Amino acid sequence: MKYTQGKYLIIDKKAIGCEIYSFEISCPEVAAAAVPGQFVHIRIGSFVLRRPISICGIDKEKGTLRIVFEIRGEGTAEIAQLNKGDVVDMLAPLGHGFTVDESFKKVVLIGGGIGTPPMLPLAKAYGNKAVAISGFRNSSAVILQEDFKSAGAETILCTDDGSAGIHGFVTQPLAELAEKGGIDAVFACGPMGMLKGIASICKEKGIYCEISLEERMACGIGACLGCACRTKRNDEEYFAHVCKDGPVFNAEEVIL
Amino acid sequence: MADLSVNICGVDFKNPIIPASGVFGYGREYEELFPLNKLGGIATKGTTRHQRTGNIAPRIAETPAGMLNSVGLQNPGIDHFVEVDLPYLMTKDVVVLANIAGSTPEECAETAAKLEGTDAHMIELNISCPNVKQGGAAFGTSCEMAAEVTKIVRAATTKPLVVKLSPNVTNIAEIAKAVESAGADAVSLINTLLGMRIDINTGRPILHNNMGGLSGPAIFPVAVRMVYQVANAVKIPVIGMGGVSSGKDAIELMMAGASAVQVGAAIFTDPYAPVRIVEEMNDFLDKKGISSVRDIIGTVQLW
Ligand SMILES: Cc1cc2nc3c(=O)[nH]c(=O)nc-3n(C[C@H](O)[C@H](O)[C@H](O)COP(=O)(O)OP(=O)(O)OC[C@H]3O[C@@H](n4cnc5c(N)ncnc54)[C@H](O)[C@@H]3O)c2cc1C
Ligand SMILES: Cc1cc2nc3c(=O)[nH]c(=O)nc-3n(C[C@H](O)[C@H](O)[C@H](O)COP(=O)(O)O)c2cc1C
Ligand code: FES
Repeated sequence: MKYTQGKYLIIDKKAIGCEIYSFEISCPEVAAAAVPGQFVHIRIGSFVLRRPISICGIDKEKGTLRIVFEIRGEGTAEIAQLNKGDVVDMLAPLGHGFTVDESFKKVVLIGGGIGTPPMLPLAKAYGNKAVAISGFRNSSAVILQEDFKSAGAETILCTDDGSAGIHGFVTQPLAELAEKGGIDAVFACGPMGMLKGIASICKEKGIYCEISLEERMACGIGACLGCACRTKRNDEEYFAHVCKDGPVFNAEEVIL
Repeated sequence: MADLSVNICGVDFKNPIIPASGVFGYGREYEELFPLNKLGGIATKGTTRHQRTGNIAPRIAETPAGMLNSVGLQNPGIDHFVEVDLPYLMTKDVVVLANIAGSTPEECAETAAKLEGTDAHMIELNISCPNVKQGGAAFGTSCEMAAEVTKIVRAATTKPLVVKLSPNVTNIAEIAKAVESAGADAVSLINTLLGMRIDINTGRPILHNNMGGLSGPAIFPVAVRMVYQVANAVKIPVIGMGGVSSGKDAIELMMAGASAVQVGAAIFTDPYAPVRIVEEMNDFLDKKGISSVRDIIGTVQLW
């Protein structure tokens, strides 16, 4: 199975921040197929288009997935109305995920704001080989730090206003780590400006880098060609599709 | 179990439901979810003479009960379609409507000619694209341009030719009559209605192309009206589409005069929409004791 569509039971719901919710969903066949970096496409009663949300946790034994999302508009507000015991209609798991390579000895995972959740399954996969850098606006926006720690990752926290952790952007600790060397790969998800900064540091230092992108989607599976992203391969420019070729891309191939 | 089969221009469809061009790619992505032979037909992604890269994103915007798209006909070109995509689809026991488009009548004709000698069952000619020879107005917006492109493509192909009409016109029945006299074997309608959304926080249109095509449930009543008007203006068969999301909608469009029904944006909400619609149509017919879906085509009785 690559992906499937169905209605799945929400077995736990938590508010983990201001307008940020965490759902645990029982969906054994989806969990069995899911890999870090993939997303689920959620149908909401009153909307024509589904909403893409990253997978934030994969428990293959329990047959569950976790998602963490922030209310950004009417659609996410409606998803937030769902409760434990309700079902959620998902088309999942979708997209091309992050590379999980046993031979990597040290990796850096970087999440910015609501781009942090997809980094968590990757932290689980890399365990203590991972350094997880997370960046938020301020201390009240901070999420998932304990989760990264219990996955075995070393955590570095940054806030734009200095109200928690390092006062500054995630690129600051990345540059320091890159300077020390020994990093096999950098994986990142977050706002475009942050991804650009990360990609340029990695390029300069010759570190392999993968970034997860967002785009407005319709089908979510590569059929409608709605979610175009400018990429370059063998010097040839073409529009790849975030839902199928991504959301995770080799940073060198994306025209940011 | 009602008889759902229909025949259009001599081509047999096991049921009247066809995923619309542009929402279904060339079928591969949905085959992951259901066997393609459950469908009556497949209208393939609009394909041009040469590869096209399409528009810059965002290409999608949500609207009340619908969506805008400005994909810009991204496609690998007709040679790729003939060599790779069509052979794959021909193994699926489903009618293939090869949807083509172009920027000049000659380009459309060359693309159609590439399909001669292939097994594609029908050609669906999209005339909603800008005609670069006529200052960029869509072919489908004037009787003269619509007739000209139909005539030139007609001469280039022996396959049944379905001309897909644009709803962005004052009198769609006149356009339908023009393409009928120019040699079209059938018409399909409606393509998307031109629309626009603006992000009021940035003051910029949501679509990078500024404007795009509206589809989804919001346009269904417009589709019913236009299918009705066209079916009563021409003698050739009409394939209806626009906002169909249930078996009831499909029945309604057939009562308005459609011989078959395409399903577009509904597949984004429910990826199983086309197969669900087939089942729902069957249930409706059984409940009403109607033995064949053909018995409802064009049966609306005006007040
Ligand atoms: C691959 C992927 C993974 C994502 N993962 C997460 C996640 O884990 N947690 C989380 O909180 N958010 C995530 N997002 C963003 C999330 O999809 C949007 O916040 C959400 O679609 C907004 O919907 P809305 O109805 O609340 O907002 P509205 O602005 O009302 O939505 C209007 C339309 O625009 C689309 N849209 C708006 N913002 C975005 C966006 N940033 N990306 C894509 N489409 C958008 C909506 O889907 C909808 O079709 C992800 C997006 C993508 C593409
Ligand atoms: C994303 C998208 C892409 C489309 N691409 C094409 C195309 O390539 N050629 C074409 O003739 N119509 C195209 N259409 C129009 C549909 O085939 C259909 O005519 C229209 O969407 C109305 O039907 P609906 O409301 O069921 O979607 C596209 C529609 C959508 C939503
Ligand atoms: S959303 Fe349809 S191709 Fe990506």
